[in-house]
Amino acid sequence: MAQLIKNGAPAADTWTTLELADGESPESVPLPAGDVIFPLAVWQARKAEIAARPRIGLQLQSADRVEDVADDLASFAIIAVHFPKFVDGRGYSTAALLRQRYGYTGELRAVGDVLHDQLFFMRRVGFDSYALKDGKSLPYAIEVGFKPFSNTYQGATDQAQPYFRRRA
Amino acid sequence: MYKYDAIDRQLINERVAQFRDQVRRWKAGELSDDEFRPLRLQNGLYIQRHAPMFRIAVPYGMMNSAQLRTLAKVARKYDRGYGHFTTRHNLQLNWPKIEDVPEILAELAEVEMHAIQTSGNCLRNITTDQFAGVAADELIDPRPLAEIMRQWTTFHPEFAFLPRKFKIAISGTRDDRTVTWFHDIGLRLKQIDGQVGFTVIVGGGLGRTPVRGEIVRDFLPWQDILSYCEAILRVYNRYGRRDNAYKARIKILVQSLGIDAFREQVEAEWAHGRGGPMTITQAEYDRVAAHFTAPAYEAVGEVELPVDKAFQRWLERNTQAHKMAGYTAVTLSLKQHGVAPGDITSEQMEIVADLADRYSFGELRISHEQNIILADVKKSDLPDVWQKAKAAGLATPNIGLLTSIICCPGGDFCDLANAKSIPIATAIQARFDDLDYLFDIGDLDLNISGCMNACGHHHVGHIGVLGVDKNNDEFYQVTLGGRQGNEAKLGKVIGPSFSAGEMPDAIEKIIKVYLENRHADERFLDTFDRIGIDPFKNRVYEGRAHGKAKTAEVEAA
Ligand code: HEM
Ligand code: SF4
Repeated sequence: MAQLIKNGAPAADTWTTLELADGESPESVPLPAGDVIFPLAVWQARKAEIAARPRIGLQLQSADRVEDVADDLASFAIIAVHFPKFVDGRGYSTAALLRQRYGYTGELRAVGDVLHDQLFFMRRVGFDSYALKDGKSLPYAIEVGFKPFSNTYQGATDQAQPYFRRRA
Repeated sequence: MYKYDAIDRQLINERVAQFRDQVRRWKAGELSDDEFRPLRLQNGLYIQRHAPMFRIAVPYGMMNSAQLRTLAKVARKYDRGYGHFTTRHNLQLNWPKIEDVPEILAELAEVEMHAIQTSGNCLRNITTDQFAGVAADELIDPRPLAEIMRQWTTFHPEFAFLPRKFKIAISGTRDDRTVTWFHDIGLRLKQIDGQVGFTVIVGGGLGRTPVRGEIVRDFLPWQDILSYCEAILRVYNRYGRRDNAYKARIKILVQSLGIDAFREQVEAEWAHGRGGPMTITQAEYDRVAAHFTAPAYEAVGEVELPVDKAFQRWLERNTQAHKMAGYTAVTLSLKQHGVAPGDITSEQMEIVADLADRYSFGELRISHEQNIILADVKKSDLPDVWQKAKAAGLATPNIGLLTSIICCPGGDFCDLANAKSIPIATAIQARFDDLDYLFDIGDLDLNISGCMNACGHHHVGHIGVLGVDKNNDEFYQVTLGGRQGNEAKLGKVIGPSFSAGEMPDAIEKIIKVYLENRHADERFLDTFDRIGIDPFKNRVYEGRAHGKAKTAEVEAA
């Protein structure tokens, strides 16, 4: 269980994430009830079955392409982007594309190897919830992790205008 | 030169505080070694077997005298009183204590310096021409755009964890002096109908798989360089290999897709960013460019300079044509024979700072050839500058000559080395210590790397030397015909490698072949291009059993 941060505060995780066990296939895995975050392959294989649910979550791995779900984004209440290792930076582009190009407005959660020192970058590209890795200080992450810098040079999701366009 | 404003200052101060806290958490066990590693690398801090290594940025090579004095002080206070200028506009300290690094960063921040993104798998320091702003062949001054790019790279949220490091060079002259063909992105000035822009070269690099870059876009207006680089970076960040560090540079992605398919992806990506908020505004360009205006040159006529032979030699090799009449750019050689190329002591730094204040408007530059440039010296001051530089060991008249060697730290300092590189450089310098001989040989780049990572740019040396490991012994492989500049290309391997002891003889034989074969006015490279590698090969291996003969010899024994 990771420690969830949402709206700048600790939060309870109300979602279950479906994981395929060995031998299970996207086509045949039993779909649990409740609020579930589905792997991309399960969503693609079982869209018709899943679509009727009131709230749907999607998990993207770092190699998954946003383009492949671009038309479905309105279906999701949450998209979880998985960081297998914190040094795998593909999830930052995934998030930027979801927010900036495809207009995704639901919850965007960073999961996996999510650490204090990457929260600032994650917030900037468009994440708004964070499953901080266990064993790391949640209060300290909330207190200082998001704002090591008081301003930024580049345009990104949180502030589309680069600093040079915001100068007085 | 660029002066920080309030936000620039605030950000580097916040960076110091952030790193101080990261070091504290690492020491307290809250950050594992693996978690701390990328954080310290992005602040220039390597940890090696013998000692840490700390790399300080000199963005696009520009520095003022106060900054150099601070580097002198830091090197004295926290290290052994000297530093090493690298081939990418950085200063490296070889022995600082990890615990001192936050303090060093704080002292650097006071003079608007930092170590941000000087290593790690991120956007590195932008490099450019050491004669930017003063070169007679310059079309535009690349420094304002280099500064705009420095700001854009700083803490870029999407590209802080790339598959591998990413190096950008920008050049504004007809003759490229920034090795744009061998960077992850090389921006090479191009004008069309008076419109200023760049040819964008992508996927070049040296290292263990040397590749000359390819043109991804022939003409890109200057306003679009940030949005276009973002498009390239997004494609790379998403699709560059992450399973093998040796195949993770963008050059491998470009090679595997082919430049045409790569270009299609970049252009498709750029279609979204083009004309967007990252488009550089004229107002921002003007704001930054105002920091790089010409200094208050005096109207001076031509002057009579001493005819003294030693002075004339220095004048010939260590000064450069300048756009302003009566002025010149002086290169202070960090290639004194017998000293590790690129090394400079704290005392020398202070002397250079004094020279800059007195003779060159308080500013100086670092070149990728690991020398220092005083860019705006009045010709009438040259005799004084020469005397003072000479007294400080900074006036070796060897710029562009055989002994002005580019050299990496090698086995004396670097964990990755196959072989030492500095002793090879000093042995060659000792062999060619006669200035008449050296001048007669003329223009020649000799570059040495201690392993295939190629930090010493050996592939693009006219003569390249690469340290290799053979059964745990240090050997050196020699390449000929490499070059930087507009016609950049990789050197060709001459044959089996040499022991350290054989190296000065091998170089001497190569030089002899050139001297015996050259036509009047031919430089080493011209002769090489005309006669090819064979005459060199035959001489160097003359009487030395190799190939089949050597196998036979071994079998007979
Ligand atoms: C002693 C500490 C150093 C270490 C551990 C080190 C390590 C490396 C490694 C591993 C690479 C290859 C990266 C790759 O191909 O992906 C590399 C490349 C490079 N290094 Fe160093 N280096 C060190 C010092 C230096 C110094 C002192 C210089 C300048 C004199 C330098 C300049 C370069 C350059 C220009 C490249 C780029 C070659 C390319 O285009 O790939 N390095 N370094
Ligand atoms: S070329 Fe090799 S030996 Fe030289 S500094 Fe780079 S990694 Fe070390």
